[in-house]
Formats: sequence, C-alpha cells, structure tokens
Amino acid sequence: MSGRSKGLNGWLLSSPALILLLLAASGPLLIVAVYSVLEKGDYSGVRWILSGDGWFNVLFQRDIFDQTVSLADANLSIFWRSVKLSIATTLITFAFGLPTAWFIATRPPKSRALWLFLITIPFWTNLLIRTFAIMEVIRNQGILNTFLTWTGLISEPIQILYTDTAVLIGMVYVYLPLMVLPLYAAIDRFDFRLIEAGYDLYASRWQVLRGVILPIIRPGIVAGSILVFIPSLGAYVTPRVLGGGKNMMIGNFIELQFGQGQNWPLGAALSTVLLLVVLISLVVYTRVTSKDDPRG
Amino acid sequence: MADKKRAFDVTTLPGFTAIAITAFVLLYAPIITLVFYSFNGGNSVNQWGGFSLQWYVVAWNNEAVQDATARSLIIAVWAAVISTALATMAALGTTRRGKFKGQTVIYIIINQPLMVPEIVTAVALLIFFSSVKIATGYSGLGYLILAHSAFCIPFAYLPIKARLEGMDTAMETAAADLYATPWQTFRYVTLPLLLPGVIAGAMLAFIISLDNVIITEFVKSAGQDTLPTYMLGQLRRALTPEVNAISTALLALTVLILTVFFIVTKKRD
Repeated sequence: MSGRSKGLNGWLLSSPALILLLLAASGPLLIVAVYSVLEKGDYSGVRWILSGDGWFNVLFQRDIFDQTVSLADANLSIFWRSVKLSIATTLITFAFGLPTAWFIATRPPKSRALWLFLITIPFWTNLLIRTFAIMEVIRNQGILNTFLTWTGLISEPIQILYTDTAVLIGMVYVYLPLMVLPLYAAIDRFDFRLIEAGYDLYASRWQVLRGVILPIIRPGIVAGSILVFIPSLGAYVTPRVLGGGKNMMIGNFIELQFGQGQNWPLGAALSTVLLLVVLISLVVYTRVTSKDDPRG
Repeated sequence: MADKKRAFDVTTLPGFTAIAITAFVLLYAPIITLVFYSFNGGNSVNQWGGFSLQWYVVAWNNEAVQDATARSLIIAVWAAVISTALATMAALGTTRRGKFKGQTVIYIIINQPLMVPEIVTAVALLIFFSSVKIATGYSGLGYLILAHSAFCIPFAYLPIKARLEGMDTAMETAAADLYATPWQTFRYVTLPLLLPGVIAGAMLAFIISLDNVIITEFVKSAGQDTLPTYMLGQLRRALTPEVNAISTALLALTVLILTVFFIVTKKRD
C-alpha cells in the first residue's frame, strides 16, 4: 500500500469517530470561546454583540451605581481555593500513591493482578457513589466522628462536612487511583538491579529513592500529577456534594453562571480560562516526558 | 555496613508497605460502609436497625427510580454500541498501518474527552444543544445519546487499539493470499481475533456512560433524569437509605462488568 492510500484509509476509517467528536465534544468548545466575547442576554443566553464584559468580569467588577472598577474578591477567592485544593490533592495523592504503586509493582506476579484489580475497582466506580461514601464517613454522625468520640479524643463531633477540608478529603479519595495507575506503570518497567547497584555504592535508602528511583520514574510522576491536577481543578461533583454549595470551586462557579447567575459570557470566559490552564499543563507534560525518554 | 544492607530485600522501602495498606483500607472502608448501611433495617442512616432489604424494595417500587434506570440503560447501551463501532473503525484506521500524515491529529481528537475538564464540555454542549433544541424543536434522548457516544469513544478505543497492536498481520495476509475479499478477511479473520478487544471496549464505554453525572446534568431536558442525576438531585443534608441502596446496586453492576472485563482481556495471554 502506498503512503498516500495508507493515510487516506486511516482518515476514512477514523472519520465517523472524528465527526461525532467534533460535533458533540471538540467543536462546541469553540462556541464557548465565541460566547465569552458576546454581550450577556437579559435573562439567559447572549446577545450577538461583541463585548469584553465576560472576560472583564472574570477578575473585576464594576459598581452598579458609581461605575468604579475593583477586583472581584469573591471570584479571586474561588480561583485561589481551586488552585490550592488541586495542588494539595496532587501532593497528598502522590504521598499515598507512590508507596501504593510501589507495593503493587513489587508483589509476586500472581497476587499483583489482584492488587491491581483492587485499585481498578474504585477507579471505575461511579464518582458520585464514591463521593457519597466519603460523605457518610465524615459527616457529624458518621463513622469518623463516632469513632473519635468513642475513643474520647473529642467530646463532640468535628464539623468536617461542608468545609474546604471535606472537599480536599473527597478529592484525594476519588482521584487517588488516577495517581497510582501511571506510577505503577512506571515502576513496573523499573529495573530493580539499579537499586542494588545504588546500595553497593554505599547509597543510603533515602539517596537511592532520591537519586535513582524518583528520576527514573519521573514520567510516571508527571503523568499521575497531571491526571490528578486537571480533574481536581475542574472538579464539580465533589465540591458540590462535600462543600455544600458555599465552598465553590471553579467548576461550580461556571455552573452558577449558566444557572442562577444568568451570565453566560462570564461562564464561557471562565470555561475558556480553565481550558487554557489544562492546555498549558498538557504542553508542559509533553515537554517534560519527551525530554525524559532516552530513545528521543 | 554494606553487607547488612544487602541482606534486605532491595525492593522494600521503609514505610512503603504500611502506607500502601493504609491506602487500600482508606479506599475501601467508605465503600464498604456505604454497602453495609444499604442493608439497614432502620429508618435513619445513623442507627443500625438490623439487616433488611427494605430500602431496595423502596427503590425498586419508586417510579422515578424505575424511569431513571430505564433511561440510564437505554443511553448506556446506545452509547456503548455507537462508540464501540466508531472506535473499532478508528482503531483499524490508525493501527498496524505505519505512520501517516495527520495521525497525531486523529489521536488528539479521539483522546480529547479524556483531557478537557468535563464541566467545560458540559457547558459547551449546553450552549450548542440549547440552540439546536430551539431550532429543531426536538428535545428527546438523542442529545444525551450523542454526547455520551462522543465521550465514550476514547474509552472504547484504547482496549481495541491495544488488542490490534498485539495482533499479527500474518493471518490476514494468509486470508488475502487465499483470495478472500477484504470484507471476508475482515469478517472471518480480523473481527473474530479482535472481538475480545471490542467487547472490553464496549464494556468500558457502558460503565463510563452509566456513571456520567456532569455532562448529563447539563444536556438533559426536563424530566430526563438518569440514575446518577436522580441521585444527585435527591441529596439533602444526608444520604437517604434509598440512595445508598441504588448506589450499592450500581456498584455491584460495575464490579460484575469489571470482573468480566478482566476475564475477557486476560484470555489473550
């Protein structure tokens, strides 16, 4: 088969999938970008007049009476919460994820499949169900508070639910498998003789971890971090259920603009910002991992 | 000193096993609690009132739950069928042919739903479909099926592509040598060999569609709740035992499908 017809067949066979994706996934993203520069409609929707208000309102607000411009503190605190919680989620899932992935990868082949299966079940379990499950644990009459009260550590239940801590716990819980799986894939290919070599050269365990293991599994670390960071930043269900409506993240803030807020251009601008952040992370990711690949 | 260190298993790092076991316990404890309380005979989620299936009966007899379940299943079956068919074609087009121009573009478009935050896609579809709904007057399940089929494509594509990459082209060459038409080669050689990958892909697509909350929430018209959006809508200060029961049933279905998935994909080894 000639190169040209190979390509033609490839495109022809892929075209139905591509058309559906462009129609119901990628294409509408462009509409979002367009809506972000239109004027807000009276109730919902937009008027087809160019306007910078959507983007302006991302960071600033204009006083309705005297037209003075000020920073929109409420928005900034939502952005800050989203970034802060997403970074914290990434770090905590890494702290748990690395040992977990290491543990699975160092099991004998037979039981390894079982451990892997055990990490895959939560991964494929409905996110909503997992969020409900963690809600059951941390609410005031939940297992955690009941247990702590029983041990005498606390005298009355700690309010965890509907706080930032609850959202953080929830995100760590639901996104942990996303960190473990790429780390496992990286560790699985790891040549354990390198560790032996390290010890032979009088490296301490800490030095082996820092100097040998972490640099080699770096693509897995980057992949896991991106896989956790991106959905955390765009999280909607977890902050809605565990944050109780007050502790909004960007995802909920976007939803608000299309619901009660009735400000579609602002919602569209916020969505575009989120999309850009994701794109930048992905570019950084490909840069970092392609540098790491010894085959070039 | 060095000898002493070498006596250890080199794959063991201090504290790692303890943290890993803790992680597994923390992952499963909440799910097990949820399942446990779905069999609660009491009326409150706080107090254990003995083993009972009453909440399953309540959920089963709830008309809203029945409707949402039926809707979820209809959408998931359609989405699985459509996305798997399209993903199979795309996988055949992009695998085992060597590199061709624009291949990376195809990969990016196919995997795009995995990368873009769901809330952004949800908003985009809300804007797009709301104008289509006004223009055409149609507001049926078609929009949900279309949206679900699209974001299920990468999930169906991955196992099919993996299966294809592990397949030798010799069989197809042999068939062609024996004067099989391209269609016959595909129907009687490629497809049967590819089937485990196709089944695996369809199952993942089915689960992904069944579990979807955010895109469904934004695309659905009034009265088109699926099971997950129904459950989200039921959420008040605490979970109702009924939602616990529905969650457990969905969980059981997921575990069942995953088990079959692992058996199907294991067979190729």
